[in-house]
Amino acid sequence: MKLRQTRAMHRWSAFVGSAVVVSSLALVGCSTGTPAPSGTPTSGTQTATQPPAAETYTIGIVEQQLANPFFAKLQQAAVDAAKAAGLEVTTAESKTAGDSATQVDAIENMIARGVKGIVLDPANATALVDVVQRARDAGILVVTVNTSLEPVDAADASFETDNLAGGRLMGQWAKAALGDQEPRVAMLDYDLSDKTAAARHNGFLEGFGLTEDSPEIVGTALTKSNVETGQTAMENLLSAHPDINALYTINEPAAQGAFIAISNAGKQEQIAITSIDGSCSGVQSVVDGEIGATVMQFPSRMGELAVQAIVDYVESGTKPSGVIDSGTALITDRPVEGIESHDTAWGLQNCWGE
Amino acid sequence: MTDPKGSVDRLRGFLTTQVAGPLAALLVAIVVFSATTDTFLNPANFSLMLQQSVVIGTLAIGQTLIILTAGIDLANGAIMVLGTIVIAQFALDGNIVLGLMLGMLACAAAGALNGMIVAKWKLPPFIVTLGTLTVLTATARLMTDSQSLPVERGLLTVMGQGFSVAGFTVSWGVVTWLALTAGFAYALGRTAWGTHVYAVGDSPNAAKLNGIKVDRVLFSVYVVAGLVYAVGAWLAMGRTPIADPSAYQTANLDSITAVVIGGTSLFGGRGGVVGTLIGTLIVVVLQNGLTQAGINSLYQQIATGALVVVAVLVDQIIRRKDR
Amino acid sequence: MTDAAVHPSVPETTDEVVLYAKGLKKKYGHVTAIADADFQLCANEVLAVIGDNGAGKSSLIKAITGALAPDEGTVFLKGQRVHFKNPLDARLAGIETVYQELAVCPELDIAANMFLGRERRRPGWRGGLLRGLDKAAMRKEAADHMEELGIRVQSITQRVETLSGGQRQAVAVARAAAWATNVVIMDEPTAALGVRETGQVLDLILRVKARGLPVVLISHSMPEVFQVADRIHIHRLGRREAVVDPAMASMRDVVAVMTGALAGSELPSALKAGPGS
Repeated sequence: MKLRQTRAMHRWSAFVGSAVVVSSLALVGCSTGTPAPSGTPTSGTQTATQPPAAETYTIGIVEQQLANPFFAKLQQAAVDAAKAAGLEVTTAESKTAGDSATQVDAIENMIARGVKGIVLDPANATALVDVVQRARDAGILVVTVNTSLEPVDAADASFETDNLAGGRLMGQWAKAALGDQEPRVAMLDYDLSDKTAAARHNGFLEGFGLTEDSPEIVGTALTKSNVETGQTAMENLLSAHPDINALYTINEPAAQGAFIAISNAGKQEQIAITSIDGSCSGVQSVVDGEIGATVMQFPSRMGELAVQAIVDYVESGTKPSGVIDSGTALITDRPVEGIESHDTAWGLQNCWGE
Repeated sequence: MTDPKGSVDRLRGFLTTQVAGPLAALLVAIVVFSATTDTFLNPANFSLMLQQSVVIGTLAIGQTLIILTAGIDLANGAIMVLGTIVIAQFALDGNIVLGLMLGMLACAAAGALNGMIVAKWKLPPFIVTLGTLTVLTATARLMTDSQSLPVERGLLTVMGQGFSVAGFTVSWGVVTWLALTAGFAYALGRTAWGTHVYAVGDSPNAAKLNGIKVDRVLFSVYVVAGLVYAVGAWLAMGRTPIADPSAYQTANLDSITAVVIGGTSLFGGRGGVVGTLIGTLIVVVLQNGLTQAGINSLYQQIATGALVVVAVLVDQIIRRKDR
Repeated sequence: MTDAAVHPSVPETTDEVVLYAKGLKKKYGHVTAIADADFQLCANEVLAVIGDNGAGKSSLIKAITGALAPDEGTVFLKGQRVHFKNPLDARLAGIETVYQELAVCPELDIAANMFLGRERRRPGWRGGLLRGLDKAAMRKEAADHMEELGIRVQSITQRVETLSGGQRQAVAVARAAAWATNVVIMDEPTAALGVRETGQVLDLILRVKARGLPVVLISHSMPEVFQVADRIHIHRLGRREAVVDPAMASMRDVVAVMTGALAGSELPSALKAGPGS
């Protein structure tokens, strides 16, 4: 396997700390080590450089920790969109995975400041419901991005990846890639109590035409959504089932780890590997033939759509509602009939992260 | 020796060899998985499990030394990750040997920092290493801009290479891990330094009254552990050829788990690296076997957690009987 | 001023005098820990040092063994002036101390405890290059020392944890006796022990003496002192108030001096045990 300097740290690794009960210590470890690559202050104000439109106002953008390139990309796109619309922007971000307290403080400050709208990437689905309600009571439009609150209508609307649809694309491609081979499917999951992980998992099964109990699924294993655990899990699965020919992975780092195990076992040609994310590192893995196909999600589109929704609301009073899909696209150099896909050249142009 | 008290003593003696309990648990696990799955019991799978053990197993050796002094090291994973990054960074600039040496130096320095604070300023190791864990993790991310570095194949990944004996592949990493275990078993059991490590963990006051320089022993333990983590860094790159600042985030707890399951007392002064080797294997065998048996991997975590509690309980029972 | 002055016929240092100190003083600010104290230990004796809490017994012993640097005064070991900078110096000079807290490591075996801090390496490259311990030799020697003092244990490789409190202190005493070439000092060795175990340790003290080592026993248990001591050094207000002969003096006399009810100079001379007598 050819390694690159650019494998992006993935947002899934952000969940690791909160998922394992005992890992609160590790969590502290990553907390202060969170550089802000975009140079954005933890909580600051950026004034638009463009001449203000007829009426200028401020919006708030509340992200999760920017060390994660996915979040950084999302925030940058939202800030850019707001500036393009001539708005003032105030930003804040959580310090660690699951750090909703910082986000609550930030939203309270934004309410006090009188922002017109807030773009929120919630660090926790329920912890922010109250403060979001207070913001909405104050007449502020609150839209979530990337993931929604529980209940979903706690915010005015949510712009996020339809992970079920993304999973479905993976499943459809894997099934088609196998042709008339007998499917021997393995799944590298992340904790399925996580909403996104479950949606991707279920989508894959649906797209492949399987159910949880299908005999075609020869093995599943948990990863922590990173390279190291992806490798170990795949080694164990391959040891038990050397005939695996289709693989679902929760994200691209896990897929890259799985590929190490697969290439060590000399089974590169045998297994169709699918993944999801669309990071530039992941797309590069598709170019290199390590991953067969990956599903790209579009953090910048989430940010742009969310800001546009606030602009529309302020200008015309129309409120968005429900969950709005920010889109998914299958990236592969092995297109199959009946499934729309883009090649890796397109993928490298549209990917996120370095 | 047929009187009940004698039998109790002998039973306790057997239990307190520390290795007996963990070894029995390991054998039971192996027998159960061999009986219930078709694929567990074969040379390739055993070779695989050994390779999966080396990184945590090596970290757990350093962890054992520190726990024997009644300390704990929450920073060991972070020290090792920092080591991989230093090595990979210099290797990218074309100087692999210098990278390895500097990586070793960085790990030893990080250990020395912990050791100095613990030994000289008498701060609790838990807090000290919690602090350095945070600092070192941040440092690793700053050095790499939170990206992972590629690791060139060759000297840096040699620990992933190996040789085959009758279908059983042994990597140099496994050889190194076993050699480290043997070396430290000797150092702990057969040298004055080892005796002093136990004495310091057991009763620092008694050690001091007998002329042992307690802070010097403590400092040496943290530095030696740092060097062991540096070897771990090399082994980690042999296994997964990247240097990833977000890798091994739970390695500190995983290594503590291996040490405790291996029969080393968290209160210090009792245990050893052979038990830790077995403890590491138990964790890996459970993970591998339960995956092979197709059992939800959350059960693996439950099984591991339960073993930790049992191990601590056994330690407590032995202690209460004797004191 | 000193007892030696009361008994001018007794020379200050003779072959009979093993450890001798004169005019020791130590002040911490305004607090006087040692006020011009003298001390004398003879060969083949058990010298008890008694005094009320705060009388300065510990300070005196620490000043003699190097744990504390006196402001003034001199210490002689077998007629030679000595300057111990720390307890290790005193140990190197053959003075061993048994502490009241159990200074043994429960997780280590008896042999390892006996040699703790003074381990013996194997001969040749295995001890040199590999720094290997000569466990067999240490075990044998440890067993010999234990036997010499009549201390019975199941096995020399038994961990000290499995021993009773008295047995553990016996290990500490055996260790001190094994390494001491001149003096064994016991600082309240029975403080942590029960009645029966105390008896065992007192027996040991006598056996150590019988082996030819003088013993300094710091204690505040009167019966204990009268049971084993040849002479009793009574310490009061930082100085030696009197040295009495337990064969002649009664416990009441000693307590009277100890508490200040009776001055050392008022003691009938028949009760006194002159230094070196």
